[in-house]
Amino acid sequence: MSQILPAILVVGGIGLIFGCILAFASIIFAVETDEREEQIAEILPGANCGACGYAGCSAYAAAVVAGTAPTNACAVGKSALAEKISAIMGTTAEATEPMVAKVLCGGTCETASNKYEYFGVPDCVAANKISGGAKTCPFGCLGLGTCAKACPFDAISIQNGIAVIDEAKCAACGKCVAACPKHIIQMVPAEKKTHVLCSSTDAGAAVNKYCKSGCIGCKICEKNCPSGAITVENNLAKIDYSKCTECGICAEKCPKKLITGKKEVEE
Amino acid sequence: MNLISIIIAALFTQNFVMVKFMGICPFLGVSKKKETAIGMGMAVIFVMAISSAITYAVNRFLLVPFGLEYLQTIAFILIIAGLVQFVEMFVKKSMPALYSALGIYLPLITTNCAVLGAALLNVQNGYNFIESLIFGTCSAAGFALAIVLFAGIREAINEKDVPISFRGFPLALITAGLMAIAFMGFSGFTI
Repeated sequence: MSQILPAILVVGGIGLIFGCILAFASIIFAVETDEREEQIAEILPGANCGACGYAGCSAYAAAVVAGTAPTNACAVGKSALAEKISAIMGTTAEATEPMVAKVLCGGTCETASNKYEYFGVPDCVAANKISGGAKTCPFGCLGLGTCAKACPFDAISIQNGIAVIDEAKCAACGKCVAACPKHIIQMVPAEKKTHVLCSSTDAGAAVNKYCKSGCIGCKICEKNCPSGAITVENNLAKIDYSKCTECGICAEKCPKKLITGKKEVEE
Repeated sequence: MNLISIIIAALFTQNFVMVKFMGICPFLGVSKKKETAIGMGMAVIFVMAISSAITYAVNRFLLVPFGLEYLQTIAFILIIAGLVQFVEMFVKKSMPALYSALGIYLPLITTNCAVLGAALLNVQNGYNFIESLIFGTCSAAGFALAIVLFAGIREAINEKDVPISFRGFPLALITAGLMAIAFMGFSGFTI
């Protein structure tokens, strides 16, 4: 008994003392956190993608509560999330136009030619340093998946030599736009389906030599667009999404068939 | 002279990670980036310095007088866990900048065997208060040195084209093994 008693007392005593200290400390050192911050952090996607411009989801939540960030800055959660955040903050949300990323290149293995065979590190940035990558087209998607690696939502896959973005998974965080060494990924309105799948500003004759699906700047789309939404600048057709009505005429008339969004004929 | 040999031993010849293989969990887990490795290293130095001092005092003035040396492990775990919790609360309240830098690593250290190892080795080696404090701090500095070097190597490896079967942890473990062999080079070095 004389052996056990001091052991129980000492270890129990240490535990008791530390327990008391911690209990008091939790009162003395309590940091007031706004409970709204926790609520917002909970409903945020938690991907920490940084598209809102803050270090991560919790940093964004803190900024919203502090009043320095708008409630609709989360590109991933889109309008639905902005409404929930606004409900917590007691303000009304401004609607956000959902965006998705789009790879503006249609140069697949069949249509675009290569100027050399690339056996190096499977990374577009590395390949781009060797005379602009294997593709003859200086604007073409290199298809080595740097954007796919950058995507936190696993939305990008390489199909037939070019990157393809799954719009359902895309959260418009813009990581791929920043990662692409060719700068051919753009944010486009999610509801628009008419896109020019080419980024080449080379003259038509040059484009014809290296890519069967490249924009040659023939201006047929520009002439046929009823709402004046397509203009050809630097031998490349560009769509003004604010004017585009998605009539699908340009997609139909394009001789290279590189404009997407041919509308199914409505009855 | 004795203090210098303790410092050299703690940093290099008896490095906690590389020679004694203690604290391997955070060593592998928090070494993907240099910034996090530095944060973890600093947090370990901080906690090990304090816990060395407190455990020395508890051992000297509580356990030894009652003849309870056999309870060292349990008592030290209790003290370290409580201490880390207390330090976390204190830092959160009084030094928010330090908390945001070290905060997420502090709970990880609660059950880090390197911290407990330092406390127990202090007793085994019969160090006095100053020696315990120096040994704890320098052992933690040795841990920080190893994890920061390792993180630097891993960052460099990540940019290279590694065969698929070696990517990630396999190559990290091989790297850690090679680093341990390199640290063995210090073992003949005594003052």
